[in-house]
Amino acid sequence: MADRSTHVLAELRGACKRYGKQQALAGIDLQLHAGEVLAVLGPNGAGKSTAIGLLLGLVTIDEGEVSLFGQSPNNLAARRKVGVMLQQAGIPENCKVRELLEVTRGYYAEPRTIADCVALAGLEGLLGRNYGGLSGGQQRRVQFALALCGRPQLLFLDEPTTGLDVEARQALWRAIRELVGQGCSVLLTTHYLEEAEALADRVAVINNGRLVAEGSVEEIRARVAHKRIRCRTRLNADQIGAWPHVLAASVAAGRIEIVADMAEPVIRRLLAEDTELAELEVQRAGLSEAFIELTREAA
Amino acid sequence: MNIIAKVGPGQLVGCYLREARYEFMRLARTPAFVLPTLLFPAFFYLLFGVVLSRGVTSVDAGRYLLATYGVFGIMGASLFGFGVSVAIERERGFLTFKRALPMPAGAYLFAKLIMAMGFAAIISIMLATLAASVAGVSLAPWQWLALFVVNVFGTMPFCAIGFWIGTMASGSAAPAVVNLIYLPMAFLSGLWLPLKVLPDVISRFAPIWPSYQLSQIALGVVGGGTGGSPVVHVLVLLAMTALFFTLAQRRLAASGRLPGP
Repeated sequence: MADRSTHVLAELRGACKRYGKQQALAGIDLQLHAGEVLAVLGPNGAGKSTAIGLLLGLVTIDEGEVSLFGQSPNNLAARRKVGVMLQQAGIPENCKVRELLEVTRGYYAEPRTIADCVALAGLEGLLGRNYGGLSGGQQRRVQFALALCGRPQLLFLDEPTTGLDVEARQALWRAIRELVGQGCSVLLTTHYLEEAEALADRVAVINNGRLVAEGSVEEIRARVAHKRIRCRTRLNADQIGAWPHVLAASVAAGRIEIVADMAEPVIRRLLAEDTELAELEVQRAGLSEAFIELTREAA
Repeated sequence: MNIIAKVGPGQLVGCYLREARYEFMRLARTPAFVLPTLLFPAFFYLLFGVVLSRGVTSVDAGRYLLATYGVFGIMGASLFGFGVSVAIERERGFLTFKRALPMPAGAYLFAKLIMAMGFAAIISIMLATLAASVAGVSLAPWQWLALFVVNVFGTMPFCAIGFWIGTMASGSAAPAVVNLIYLPMAFLSGLWLPLKVLPDVISRFAPIWPSYQLSQIALGVVGGGTGGSPVVHVLVLLAMTALFFTLAQRRLAASGRLPGP
């Protein structure tokens, strides 16, 4: 743990990136430490892929600093310690799986053997096949094999399980855990909360190019361990919003929706002030609602 | 891990060669590329150099068209093999993926150049075989060899032009753009019909085309050129290569890091 705080593998400091009028990243600080799995969560368009692009040197930074193993990501020596799985690899369909692996292994100083790659990524029987002839799940496994074939110290996985069925997703999770067990650090982007919960030590939530929250999965959940109260009432949402324990109140589909850090005092007061209050409903916010809440707060 | 693992020069060379070999094999497995690239020059040479020129000047025509269809053939291999594949790979994100990997600088472009040169070598040998056997062309050994070298290294300016097209055109538009440049340029440079039989204005403007410059070197080898210095043609071609390569690199640089040297 002491080592963890001192050894930063990849870092963004005050990173800003703009595409034309669109601000993709608006000053993000992100650190990935040795030995950890960091999940970067956020809705589509939040800036997750841009953050990865910066760390890999695919995107030039407008403002701020980016470092990979203490160097510029354009440094080949730094990138040799990194394995990459992008959302879209665009691999030509007429590439053979074995050729892809051999070419990619060749970029690294101490690559894994082909047999190891096959075993880790589950490519049995696929080496002689054309990439274009594989199913979506098989293609994803090939991409995963390309990410791990160089025996990287750090893996970038940009939405690795998007489009996979449950079984394939869990198989990939097992493989990622195995690599982590061997000492590999992982930076993972996802919009699946289960994925962050299943794999990550630490979660960073970003939205609209800003870091909204950061901490362990439990911390993130605790931070938004709110209750969600819905009811039909003649009370005004703005008034309720000013009550103690109420974090937000809004009108949705003719009902008032209240987010509170403690439900009981709010409900007591609601019932006292509006005797005709109806359709009362109280829910505990799950991680996925917590996440929605966090990104909505930031918006 | 405290072991400082370095990639030695031997491994770097291995990277370049492996990349080139697999690029060649990949396109060699693609009939839509291989068949037109290899068969068109051979077919046109047989048609115009042998079948339609039966007569007094058949050997002359066989020699002239051996040089010019060689240039025509290697232009196709370079423009399509290099240009269209860059356009497709750029559009589909493969180029980005390659740039994220620790691929040595230049390996991507080197592989495509070697692939084009490989196909140029095959075209050159096919045409030479047809010329020597069917068209009755006889050349000194140095001429056969020189023609082969001209064809193989003549791919460079067309690879650069293809690269430039590949950085601008979308994957689906690239073949059309290439054809729009390839076929008129071949005609206007006298690759299909000698410039002598074409309107004067065409031969006056012919020197602006790289295909004209290269064909003059090839024709010089078989004894049918206009007698210009091959050194000048080579310099013009090198300048064109540098120009289009630089334009292409700039286009790519605008979208992030360079994949090239």
